[in-house]
Amino acid sequence: MSSRVGMARYAARAAAGVARRLRGGSGTVIAGHVLEALAPGAVEALTTGRDVTLVTGTNGKTSITALTVAALGDEHLASNPDGANTRAGIAGALATGGDGAVVLETDEGWLPWAVAQTRPARVVLSNLSRDQLSRHHEVRALAVSWRAALAGVPLVIANADDPAVVWPALAARRQVWVAAGARWTADAATCPACGRACRRGPTGWGCTSCDLRRPRPHWWLEGNDLCGEDTRIPLRLDLPGRFNLGNAALALAAVDATGGVQLHDAARRLADVHAVAGRYQRVRFRGHDLRMMLAKNPAGWLELLDLMAPDRCPVVLVFNADGVDGRDPSWLYDVSFAPLRGRTVVVQGRRATDLMVRLELDDVEARLVRGSIADAVWVLPAGRVDVVGNYTAFQTALKEVRRG
Amino acid sequence: MADELTIVHVLPDLLGTYGDRGNVLALTHRAEARGVACRVVEVGLDERVPRTADLYVLGGGEDSAQLLAARTLLADDLVAAVLGAHTTLAVCAGLQLLAHGFEDSTGTRHQGLGLLDVECGRLEERAVGEVVTEPVDLPEVPSLTGYENHRGSARLHGSARPLGRVVAGVGNGHDDLEGVQQGHVIATYLHGPVLVRNPALADLLLSRAAGPLPEYEDPEVEELRKERLDVADPRRRRRHLLGY
Repeated sequence: MSSRVGMARYAARAAAGVARRLRGGSGTVIAGHVLEALAPGAVEALTTGRDVTLVTGTNGKTSITALTVAALGDEHLASNPDGANTRAGIAGALATGGDGAVVLETDEGWLPWAVAQTRPARVVLSNLSRDQLSRHHEVRALAVSWRAALAGVPLVIANADDPAVVWPALAARRQVWVAAGARWTADAATCPACGRACRRGPTGWGCTSCDLRRPRPHWWLEGNDLCGEDTRIPLRLDLPGRFNLGNAALALAAVDATGGVQLHDAARRLADVHAVAGRYQRVRFRGHDLRMMLAKNPAGWLELLDLMAPDRCPVVLVFNADGVDGRDPSWLYDVSFAPLRGRTVVVQGRRATDLMVRLELDDVEARLVRGSIADAVWVLPAGRVDVVGNYTAFQTALKEVRRG
Repeated sequence: MADELTIVHVLPDLLGTYGDRGNVLALTHRAEARGVACRVVEVGLDERVPRTADLYVLGGGEDSAQLLAARTLLADDLVAAVLGAHTTLAVCAGLQLLAHGFEDSTGTRHQGLGLLDVECGRLEERAVGEVVTEPVDLPEVPSLTGYENHRGSARLHGSARPLGRVVAGVGNGHDDLEGVQQGHVIATYLHGPVLVRNPALADLLLSRAAGPLPEYEDPEVEELRKERLDVADPRRRRRHLLGY
């Protein structure tokens, strides 16, 4: 590391410390801005010679990153556990993190840049579906950019159940396929390779025209066990939902690929992950037991509605359309909210009216309560409450309930 | 007023990327609120578009999905005649599919169904954002609000009329016009979904398909309209600034 990068890193860490004291949060993004301003090219310098894993996808990337970090059990590694996953967040994670291995959650749109800068040993791809279309535009365009970026990457660990990640993954030098599941299939109706129809059946998916089809997985789930050719590893997660078992499978496959960790020990460490950047965190707040959850696109909502289905406790839905949320909330109509029928539902947020109308069209009775989470739970009986927000709404809600 | 309506959602698996399924929900919700039962038929890739429904809806989609939809629909010789003979809403990629032709992301022209006297090209830049238009020759429909996210343009020829004149946003990319009206077809680049945000437009389609409808007001939807127009309509913002 050059003295210039070393000085920049020192200044970035100081800036992060000041930001943490003044504004709360991790200070990672500010650290990244400082690092890159003082030492352009520092990201490349700080990853040279290190074992780098990048994790990307529309959903699950924060969880897979956290699970990978936990499974590696290396206290010297650098990562971005707070989900700051664009250029500044990645730079900040390298400035403030340890000097060991690197595990970086990467925004889907920033993957080509991150691959070019960090020259990863491996890239983990979870899934690709519609999200923030006002920013990312189209799923296939992202798949095309991934495919170009991954050419030459030594290894990709990819979800075999999603054609939109399998096709770009095939550009890498080697692939490890994980049957991590794909509940959302609406963006996989056409083949990403040739544009013809892509069909799903009981044994997988395949293009009706070209030879793209579901690859035979190296890792798959049987109940709560992760299975390989001659391996069966029980997964005991504290994180809820079938989708988190898929996330854990991808994380362990990535850890296995590092070659330096006993996989059963790594799997046991996954149970120590109780929340991911505040998601699934349980908080006692104003006489209520809140479970905090994030749902920021149709695929995420589909998984979360499944997760919440057995429960009948009240739900607070907080909905914005600011910045990273995407400006267009039309996607609310891509998923059915009917599973919420019969539950007590409170709605708030800057685009609460959009959500109220959406729920009305699915015959879900809801009450609009403007203000804060405290205002929302005030109208609910004491007890358990699920709080679900999209990105900025979730962050604001989390800050409030953590303050108490 | 009819007792029952059959609404056909054409290729929702391909033309449903931007929440346009909400247009079908808005139609059924507003019809059923008036006591008109609705049957929704979703047409899959291997299925023939029904010939005798009351209302047809096409949504938006990504480039590759749009091309597959074009191949599928063009393979059915009667689809253009069926859609042209019935009340039809087409949104974004749906609009382009009903035009004489449209361009993909590489600039290659593809044949459309030729139902609308419209040629679709490419905008210089993608149009993304809130849109407000004033409807043309539709006195029962107030200002339209929606969200556009497209690279396609639309140039109208002789027998095609615009759906609206652009107050805010881009629209067709020619002559400050947005959307198309021709015969029984209304086509637009507006998502939102457009019929959720514009109940009068939904009612116009329903009344064309089912006959005159009784009044129905949905306060929640009216509030949504007000919020979006307050944000996007520069005339309203000026009025707020001037205090009247």
